[in-house]
Amino acid sequence: MSTQPRLVEVRQNVLKQNDVLARLLRQRFEDAGLFVISLVSSPGAGKTTLLEKTLTRLRENGRRVGALVGDLATENDAARLARSQAPVKQIITGTVCHLDADMVQRSLDEWDLNEFDCLFIENVGNLVCPSSYDLGENLRIVLMSVTEGEDKPLKYPTIFNTADVALITKMDLAEAVEFDLPGAHESIQSVRPGMQVLELSAKTGEGLDDYLSFVESRMENRVAVGR
Amino acid sequence: MHELSIAMSIIEGAYREAMIRGGAQVHAVHLKLGPLSGVVKDALLFSYDLACEGTPLDGSELIIDEVPVVVYCPNCETDQTLVSIQRFCCPTCGTLTPNVVSGKELELVAIEITDGGDVNRPPNLSFAEAAL
Repeated sequence: MSTQPRLVEVRQNVLKQNDVLARLLRQRFEDAGLFVISLVSSPGAGKTTLLEKTLTRLRENGRRVGALVGDLATENDAARLARSQAPVKQIITGTVCHLDADMVQRSLDEWDLNEFDCLFIENVGNLVCPSSYDLGENLRIVLMSVTEGEDKPLKYPTIFNTADVALITKMDLAEAVEFDLPGAHESIQSVRPGMQVLELSAKTGEGLDDYLSFVESRMENRVAVGR
Repeated sequence: MHELSIAMSIIEGAYREAMIRGGAQVHAVHLKLGPLSGVVKDALLFSYDLACEGTPLDGSELIIDEVPVVVYCPNCETDQTLVSIQRFCCPTCGTLTPNVVSGKELELVAIEITDGGDVNRPPNLSFAEAAL
């Protein structure tokens, strides 16, 4: 028996299990004619507020929408989103700082996906960890609020790079916090050249129509991205 | 900080591969890591040692090969290595480009094992769950 270690080539993705599951989810969503959007941001950027408005308005437009919302501990976000009357499910992650494909799959157990046109997945507020996990979504939207500072994309390039669209939120506060809007656009384009960026305020409704039109057009086209 | 769960996945994967190949002991695990994987090298190394405790991989070494982000420059019509992930532009001509060729790697490349394990013994991964 040899005691000298030998090098054995393995070559496998460490997150293979998640990626396989995400692919299956994406196929399941496609089979059900469902468009899936995930939202990522730092804590407090306004994901839940925007999502509540989004669900309410899309329902008014006759869209069948639902949401999964990830959080470390409370069910507060699900309670807020439920005010939109749309089906909402909370995923409590415990100490885990991100959602993964398995959590998404398990939380869909009781839902008939054919009854939805569009599903939103609100990730845990975190600009680092969610970037590693494919959830099977068709579109990943990253939010940054004007109160966070315009160089956020430069500090967290990976999450911006894995996202498809960026939203600049809380635009109603831009002037008060002397937000450098051109600088923010420049930072985003630096880490993700060509990225589509929308500006809005969920509170005042500024830019909300454009955002909703964008979501609805993507929903209708079901332009899947090969993540 | 999700490096601990990533470390657990690496240990599981390495252990499973070692078992399949009849390895009795894993001495080292070679990993390829890209900047766009969302995983931090130092945090992963720290987590790995912690996660290995009480597992068959206790005492093994994690060897990380950091690879750069490579983008395709449509102007130069070649692959180019990015200087900074804060600026996705061609280092030669300065053209901005979103076309990532590589840099997302989080890949278990190889393991260093000594022989003597029983190929027929199914890998017992319950240690991983216990450690979590």
